[in-house]
Amino acid sequence: MKFRVDGSVISLNLENTIKDRGENTMAFISSGYNPDKPMVNRITDIGPKKYDQFYPPVIAANKGKWLYHEILEPGVLVHVSETGEEVYTVRAGTCRLMSVTLLREACGIADKHCGGYLRFTTRNNLEFMVDSKDKVEPLKKDLMSRKHKGGSYKFPVGGTGAGITNIVHTQGWVHCHTPATDASGTVKATMDVLFDDFQNMRMPAKVRVSMACCLNMCGAVHCSDIAILGYHRKPPLLDHEYLDKMCEIPLAVAACPTAAIKPAKVELADGTKVNSVAVNDARCMYCGNCYTMCPSMPLADTEGDGIVIMAGGKISNRRSAPKFSKCVVAFIPNEQPRWPTMTATIKRMVEAYASDARKYERVGEWAERIGWERFFEKCEIEFTHHLIDDFRDSAYYTWRHTTNFKF
Amino acid sequence: MAKHKTPLIDQLESGPWPSFISDIKLEAESRAKNEKGLDYQIPRDVCEDLLGVLELSYKDGRTHWKHGGIVGVFGYGGGVIGRYCDQPQMFPGVAHFHTMRVNQPSGKYYTTKFLNDLLNIWELRGSGMTNMHGSTGDIVLIGTTTPQLEEIFWELTHNMDTDLGGSGGNLRTPSCCLGQSRCEYACYDTQELCHYMTLHYQDELHRPAFPYKFKFKFDGCPNCCVASIARSDLAFIGTWRDDIRIDQGAVKAYAGGEIPSNAGAHAGRDWGPFDIQKEVINLCPTGCMRYEGGKLEINTKDCTRCMHCINVMPRALRVGLDKGLSILCGAKAPILDGAQIATLLVPFVKVEEPYDELHDIIGKVWDYWMEEGKNRERVGELIKRNGMQEMLKRCDLEPIPQHVQEPRANPYIFWREDEVPGGWKRDIVEFRKHHQR
Repeated sequence: MKFRVDGSVISLNLENTIKDRGENTMAFISSGYNPDKPMVNRITDIGPKKYDQFYPPVIAANKGKWLYHEILEPGVLVHVSETGEEVYTVRAGTCRLMSVTLLREACGIADKHCGGYLRFTTRNNLEFMVDSKDKVEPLKKDLMSRKHKGGSYKFPVGGTGAGITNIVHTQGWVHCHTPATDASGTVKATMDVLFDDFQNMRMPAKVRVSMACCLNMCGAVHCSDIAILGYHRKPPLLDHEYLDKMCEIPLAVAACPTAAIKPAKVELADGTKVNSVAVNDARCMYCGNCYTMCPSMPLADTEGDGIVIMAGGKISNRRSAPKFSKCVVAFIPNEQPRWPTMTATIKRMVEAYASDARKYERVGEWAERIGWERFFEKCEIEFTHHLIDDFRDSAYYTWRHTTNFKF
Repeated sequence: MAKHKTPLIDQLESGPWPSFISDIKLEAESRAKNEKGLDYQIPRDVCEDLLGVLELSYKDGRTHWKHGGIVGVFGYGGGVIGRYCDQPQMFPGVAHFHTMRVNQPSGKYYTTKFLNDLLNIWELRGSGMTNMHGSTGDIVLIGTTTPQLEEIFWELTHNMDTDLGGSGGNLRTPSCCLGQSRCEYACYDTQELCHYMTLHYQDELHRPAFPYKFKFKFDGCPNCCVASIARSDLAFIGTWRDDIRIDQGAVKAYAGGEIPSNAGAHAGRDWGPFDIQKEVINLCPTGCMRYEGGKLEINTKDCTRCMHCINVMPRALRVGLDKGLSILCGAKAPILDGAQIATLLVPFVKVEEPYDELHDIIGKVWDYWMEEGKNRERVGELIKRNGMQEMLKRCDLEPIPQHVQEPRANPYIFWREDEVPGGWKRDIVEFRKHHQR
């Protein structure tokens, strides 16, 4: 008899929750939903609210009429319309993981300065828009004056042009079951080190840093100038006693991209014979795909898990085609809470790029021009065998097929 | 007084960048004080326990979240991700800690009224922690219990006129750049198309019927600010077919250093005086431009619309007037078969209601993928497995040189039987009449 993981676990957790709730006990407040008649007055399939209900007046009036824009200073943009109207945007970083309390504060700022409108960018920045230049300074001042008790800015202004904007990232240890590192923590540590360049535009081109806490890559780190990637290095543990009860073995077997998993009969310590799986450790690339299909195959490991650094990717089609990020550091141990080796490595890469790349050159374009051998030299990164591709056909195309190389 | 000691994560409160730890503490404090006298519908100390379990992860170097179970709202197969703590006795407040994905409005503009209403629901019925926004684009509400899911959904649909987003093997919540609302580069109304497609494909979004996830992203121009070319199974990227519009006066002003180049993006360093020859003409990847006698010329036939010159001189150069979009297909992150950047499928489509051409391609791609795709195989992997030719055939698209970077270098061509006169059925007896054994 098989049962799904959620069934048993839910009931166990409920018990614990209720037992320990104590002073947390609350009276249930109904929204109007009737669990006995879920279809009565049910509304579904309505999608999001229409975007234009949220336009500030200056945006509504000038949509499609914008002529050009200019970055007036780090974090401040002006867009000029053919009607002569202007919209000034002040961009502020956030940590993406935001509380109701902090968001209310952001709304308060928007009420005070921006007529009750605000927006978020794809890279988790906040944008406050005003319709005249004289409103910019007070807004900027207000944003920069707000700090958390611990001392960090709540809404630091910046993230524009040839600088380093917010890091898009994933959930990590805050909320995910497969991470090999924390996301918010590595991002906080990195942005603290790169903060000056969030508020400056001295880079040769924009530098997009991304973070994904496992190679599922909920964040698009496979095409970023610099990418922080959580990575497991040990094959899954096998919880044989429960595996066949918790999982569909054929799904776990099929989930493996390298065909490292096969069905197996296993004898438990008490002599019971159970159906389970066997993993060919040498073929495992620790992707965790089996774990996603089968909770009895956990990968997480304190020594095994850590960080891969990638570099040289981009998504823009400007000048050269979009590029994949390349692995430049195969492994850095998790050094929470601040990951000093990782942040120092990233800082070195950024400084080498800033001092050596030509204007407009993205990190990947720079690396290709100077040659990857120079990239490792200039960034003071050791090249190891792990960085030579050996995964399927694409590997061959990354080897050097010419006598043109640099000593 | 904090419920759990958190010496490790406390070290993430210092430094200039916004601290998520300080923020979670802010919420923990607000819930402890409960100045509004709310009857919190999930444990009041949920944020305390979130900090506690996070501290434990920082100590162990391992996550303490379990696999999601199958939880959701009635009739939907997506939008809710079940999440349970693997130490519920130590951290009962986060024993159940489910995520709800709420479909964001296209372009992520908000009124404070809308946001505050949403925050009120989430403060009462959830942890008070959010992601603004998740990687795919949703408003992500992090942490609530199973009984609250229907209540929140009811409030969202009845009081906020807003729906859940996608998760699992369905159409994930489409997302777009802000497009023409505040960008002069946008070649079509990305927000409108994103919103329209989101509404049109609600069934595909809420009820998983696909082999795996499927993403739409809408970028207004080839700068690709929402990363459609790297992150979406179908990328709709704005482009144009006619001449880049040139304001020769403004070109001169740039060349003379009167207007800051690249819209001021390089102002943090002294790069020397702007040199139009070096920075624009010589950096053009196709060499289709020249600047002579104070006049800029662009040979449109050779231009690949990379945006470099327009980015450098936005006041002088504008995208053309014959605008539309290119459709690219199959981008994805590494799981399972390696990362893929999207492949060009349709070079140009006019963006005009009722969007028949777009629906036609979307329908054909889905038909092919749902018929042939294996469990957890993204459409990009299917294209790799069965070949680009098959993809084009299934989409009724004629192969054109634009579909490839370069033609194949090996001659191992798989001819279709109907392409070879007489087919493959031959008579060995007849053959042997002319060729002895």
